[in-house]
Formats: sequence, C-alpha cells, structure tokens
Amino acid sequence: MTTMELLPLVWFGIIGFGVIMYVLLDGFVLGIGILSGFAHGEHERDIMMNSVAPIWDGNETWLVLGGVGLLAAFPPAYTVLLPALYLPLSLMLIALIFRGVAFEFRFKANRPLGWNMAFNLGSIVATFCQGVTLGAIVQGIDAEGAQYVGGAFDWLSAFTLLTGCALVAGYALLGATWVVMKTSGVLQAKAYGWSRMLLTSVIVFMALVSLYVPFLDGNYAERWFGFPHALLMVPFPLAAIAVSYGLYWSVAHRHEHLPFLLSLAMFVVGYAGLAASFWPHIIPPHLTIWNAASPPETQGFLIVGLGFLLPFILFYTGWSYWIFRGKVTRDMGYH
Amino acid sequence: MSLDPEILSRIQFAFVVSFHILFPAFTIGLASWLAMCEGLYLATSRDVFRRLYQFWVKIFAVSFGMGVVSGIVMSFQFGTNWSVFAEATAPVLGPLFSYEVLTAFFLEATFLGIMLFGWNKVGPRLHFFATAMVAIGTMLSAFWILSANSWMHTPDGFELRDGIFYPVDWFKIVFNPSFPYRLVHMVLAAYLTTAFVILGVGAWYRLRDTAHESARVMLMMGVGFVSIVTPLQIVAGDFHGLKTLEYQPAKIAAMEAHWDTERGAALALFAWPDSAAETNHFEIAIPNLASLILTHEWNGELVGLKDFPRSERPPVAPIFFSFRIMVGLGILMLIAGMSGLWLAWRRRLFDTPWYHRYLVAMTPSGFIAVLAGWITTEIGRQPYTVYGLLRTSDSVSPVGAPSVLATLVTFVVVYGIVFGAGLYYILRVVRTGPERPPVDPKPDPYATPARPLSYPNESVGERS
Repeated sequence: MTTMELLPLVWFGIIGFGVIMYVLLDGFVLGIGILSGFAHGEHERDIMMNSVAPIWDGNETWLVLGGVGLLAAFPPAYTVLLPALYLPLSLMLIALIFRGVAFEFRFKANRPLGWNMAFNLGSIVATFCQGVTLGAIVQGIDAEGAQYVGGAFDWLSAFTLLTGCALVAGYALLGATWVVMKTSGVLQAKAYGWSRMLLTSVIVFMALVSLYVPFLDGNYAERWFGFPHALLMVPFPLAAIAVSYGLYWSVAHRHEHLPFLLSLAMFVVGYAGLAASFWPHIIPPHLTIWNAASPPETQGFLIVGLGFLLPFILFYTGWSYWIFRGKVTRDMGYH
Repeated sequence: MSLDPEILSRIQFAFVVSFHILFPAFTIGLASWLAMCEGLYLATSRDVFRRLYQFWVKIFAVSFGMGVVSGIVMSFQFGTNWSVFAEATAPVLGPLFSYEVLTAFFLEATFLGIMLFGWNKVGPRLHFFATAMVAIGTMLSAFWILSANSWMHTPDGFELRDGIFYPVDWFKIVFNPSFPYRLVHMVLAAYLTTAFVILGVGAWYRLRDTAHESARVMLMMGVGFVSIVTPLQIVAGDFHGLKTLEYQPAKIAAMEAHWDTERGAALALFAWPDSAAETNHFEIAIPNLASLILTHEWNGELVGLKDFPRSERPPVAPIFFSFRIMVGLGILMLIAGMSGLWLAWRRRLFDTPWYHRYLVAMTPSGFIAVLAGWITTEIGRQPYTVYGLLRTSDSVSPVGAPSVLATLVTFVVVYGIVFGAGLYYILRVVRTGPERPPVDPKPDPYATPARPLSYPNESVGERS
C-alpha cells in the first residue's frame, strides 16, 4: 500500500476517533442536560451540573477537532456536509451556545429558571440536531465534486427524525449512568430508574434504525444481507445484544461504574456498525475516503504533529478526570 | 444592494467574527494577568494577590465561556457559508486550524477546569501550573489563528493548481510575510485591552472609595504596564503598516483615502471620502506627513487609489474612518500611560479624581480599538478572501439567501441575549468587588451555593 492510499486510511481512523470521543464525552454532558428537566429542584440540578462543570469544556473541544480535522484531511467531505446541513448545524450551534453559557450564567443569576431552561432545551436541541446530521449522512448527500447540489431541506426525512430521537435517548442513557456513578442517595436511586427506562428505549431505537438502514439504499442491504459480507457484519448485532444484557444486569444489581462503561460500549458498537455500513465512503453515496482526501503534503504535515500531541492531550485529559474523580458534592463550585 | 447570499454571508461572518474577537482580545491578557497575580501570591504570600485572582477569575470564566461558544460557531462558518473558499484553501489552512485546536484549545479547556474547580483538589504549585497552561494556551491560539489570517493577506509557500492551494513549504506558510507583525500587534492589543479594563475597574473603586488595597495594586500595575506597552504598540503598528504598504498598497491608499499617486503625500486628519467621485470632501490635511510616516522619507512616493482598477479597490470610507478611530484611541491610551506615570512620580496616582474618571471612560477603549483595527485590515483585503488570488464573490457556499438570512437574524438575536447577560453578570461581579465585607457565615447547605455572589464560603480560603 502506498502513502497516497495509506494516509487517507489513517485519517479516516483519526477523524473517526475524534468523532467517537466527542460523542462519548460530550454525549454524557448533553445527557445531563436532557435529564436536568427531570431533576427535582435546584439542589439536584446543582449536583448534576457540578459533576460535569470542570470537564465539559474539554469534552466539547473534540467537536471542534472533528470539524477542523475534516476540513484539513477531507476538504470535499467538509464542504459538502456543512452547506447540506446548514440549518440543522446552525440550530445545533445556537443550542450549544445556550447550553455552554448556562454553565457560567446559571450560577451567577439570582433567578436561574431561564438558564435552567437554556441548559435543558439547549442540550435536547443540540443532541437532536446531531442525530439528524448522523441520519442525513447515512441516507446520503447529493454532491458534484466538492460542492453540495441539493436543497435546503434535503436532510429532512422520517429516517433523520428517527435518528434525532434515537440520539436524544442515547445521550440521556449516557447521562443517567454518569449520574449513577457520580452521586449517591436519592438522586442516584432516581438515576437507576432513568437508566433502566432509557436503556429499553435505546434498544427499541437501535432496532428501528437497524431495520430502516437496509431499505435506504441497495448497497446497505447488500452489505448486511448479502453473502459473504453479512458474516463480517454479524458481530455488531451480537455485541449489541450482549452489551444490552450486561447493562440490564448491572443496573439491576446496582453496580456504580459498570452501567456507565457499558453505555459507552453500547455507543461504540452502534457507531462501528454504522461506519461499517457505509465504509469506504466518508459522505455516501459519492465521496469515498480516497476521492475526498486532501493532498499528502497536508495530511502528512498534520499527522506528524498529531502523533506527538495526541498522547499529551489524552494524558492531561485523563489527569483532569482523575483530579475530579469520586462522588460529587453540591458545594464544589468556584463561584 | 440585493439580498444575495454573498452579501448576507459577509454580514453574518463580519458579525460573528467581530463578536468573537472581543473575548480572545480580553482573555489573552486576562489569563496572563491571572497567572501574574497567582505567581505573585505564591512568591509574596500577600493576600491582596489572592483576592485579585479570585475576583478576576470570575470575570475570566464568564468571558472565556462566551469566547468558547462563539468560537465554535466560527469553526463552522467556513463550511456553512464559505464552502468554495474552504475547499480551495483547506489543504493550507486546515492544518493551521487543526494545530490551533491540538495545541491551544484542549490545553485551555482542560486546565480551565482545574483552574476554576481545582483549588481544593490540587496543591498550590500545580494550580499555578494550570493557570500558566491556560495563559500559554491563549498565546498558542493567537499564534495559529493569526498565522492563518495573515496567510490570507500575504499568501506564501503554496502552489495554485485547478483553483486549489497546494502546500509546498510549510515554514513559508506559517511564517508568511505579514504574520510576525500582525501577531505582535494583536497580542499587544489584547494586553492593552485587558490593562485598560483593569485600570478602569481600579479607578472606579478609587472614585467610590472602596476596595482600597486591590484598587491601588490594579492602578499601579496597570499604569506601569500601559506606559511601557502603548509606545511599543505604536512602533509595532508602524512596522505593520510598512509591511502592508509593501504587500497591500491598495489597502494603505484606502486607509489614507489617498487618490492620486504623488511624492510628499499629505496626511488627512479628517475627510469625507467619496468613492464615486474619487476625491475627498472637507479634507483637513498635514502636508508631507503621510509620506513621512509610511515611507519614512519626507518626499516618499505613495501610490493612490486611482492607480488600481475600480474592481480591485476596497471600500474606502469604512477603512479610512476605522483606521482613524484606532489611531485616535492609541493616542488617548498614550496620554493615559504618560499622565499615570507623571502622577505616580508626583505620588498622586491614587488621589487624582480627574485621572480616575479618565481611566473609567477609557475602560472599553481596547475593545473599540481592536474592532476598528480588524475592520481596517479585513475590509482592506476586499475584494479578496485570499489576497490577489481568490475573490470574495467566488468564495461563497451554494446556500440559499433565505437560509443565510434566517441564521443571520437568529445569530444577532441570540448573541444579543447572551452578550447582554454576560455583560450584566460581569458588571455585577465588578460591583460586588474583590474586598466584599464579611457575610453572615451561616451556610444553609440547601440554599446558599447557587447564589454565588452572596456565598461567603470561598473555597480558596481553606487552602493550606
């Protein structure tokens, strides 16, 4: 394999890693926001927000890395995707603005009701828009070369609305199991209840999405049901079933850390299954990782720095999680 | 002017960028100020430095939060509104933005968490390390983003094939001709912006006769800083101007509203530039001064706008006026620094109300100067996004005008709400002050912490 072929492959892995890091890390923070609507009183909301306040900013940075990484490594994918999803992505950004400033403003406000709503609705809308974006990529985007050629609402379909709702349930599950891990007492008991209920809905959503995907495009059907590719795809549903079972079991047995770790695993499995469905495309149906790759001079220049910097980033990110380990108390803010 | 996507996208981008730049301009300087306060506290154990840190870190957190969220919007604008530009320049600019995220954003975001919430979790030295990392992160961020921006003004180290910019020499791309000047000018501007906010707050406390010790430290350090850095900034700006004359002569001609090529050109103090008639109305000018400043020669030749075809000229009036606003504020800053120095020498720095009122009035001067400077340089780049090579009209996304209009209106409304609230909370922190009187220490575990401004139990006080 030559450098010209290998580099895009490596970059597909890097972008994929960046996106899954974002989904997992900001996923549980957005999940906290979604669940904050169900929290009882300012006391519980304070604890939930304090459990993520020191780390949310770093988590959200993975989204920016995903965006600029895509621009650098696969420019046509970036320049097709963003105009095609102009409206949902703009809405997501606005939702993320409200969600983000709520962390600071809520604790500075005399009457936090408005910022509570900004946190809650911002999280729901941002998550829903991300789910729509994911669904729109899976269902395919019309492009000629590096330019989008469709209309402003091509992304809107029953399938994308389904993936939007599915992601809200999924992030809420991540958030619920995070609350289980970081709290105790009444709130933790409540979070076990949320986890159980959300797990059931996540399984239903995953099943619906999985059944829908093969009907979107003949290629997907061929990959999932044609011999011999189907054999390669079988591990994904099997792994999903195993993880779901583990989740039910660990929630029922009141494990504190396992439900969160298994929820993360659930996301990895679902994500890998989707990626395997449209591989080697980066934006189906036209752009593959080979015809969307930026020149090797660009991919090469960035990969040198990335190889050096990413270990540092992962190290100090891990270190900051270590500093803030353990159960959250209400008065840990700096405010 | 019709509602076409290009005009709307330009307005949207200008709005989003202008809003965003205010926060980095402030937080770059504030991060260094916080690191200095904490370092001085560690070195001297004087409590005033701890109080100053605790006070300014709240303002930093609010500003940083707004900078982060508006910055995320920025990173998507290239794709949503300027996808043709993005496609053409991605091989060159993509890695610069990515390096900004990798070296700066993660550093700032992660260590900010430790800075704000880690007082009782890590030791004092490690906490100082976190503050220093955030300060270094803001610097690295400025480095990369100004490299990318400068490349768009003075592109170098690339090869143009089929409308796409291919990187050839990364050193030349990163350290392109205008980059060093632009970086120094911007970082000094950010420092001055912060210094004038700190001076304004300190002076306001003096006028209200409150927060005595903190106010004295802020005034003393602020005046010392401003009196050294303002002259440096004027020199840096002059060097930056010389580079601009070399690479973007049309921009300089527009800044001076200078129409005819001539030797010994006059400097217009005031004028009303008229692009249609290619002349200035109501001009008040000083002979030979423009040549002297820009070429450093009494009779140096300045190229006029008429030497460029109309299609190659940037809009003159906004550049002419914004440049004068920036320079005028620079002169007012110089006066602030010099008078402060003189008053300090006469030992009257803390007891001169007219000077304190002057400083309070100068509080927003840095922000306005930064905005005016960016307007000058960015409108001066028109009609190009990549100077001389890629026109703005050829850069825009295939997005319909209704979509862009809808998002533009939404961004204006949302930023209005968020910016208004942020400013309100910052002003409230300022009003409470760094030396608040002791509050009844009777914490109700279920009611107090969510009301931070009345929360008496500051976590830093428990540090051993």
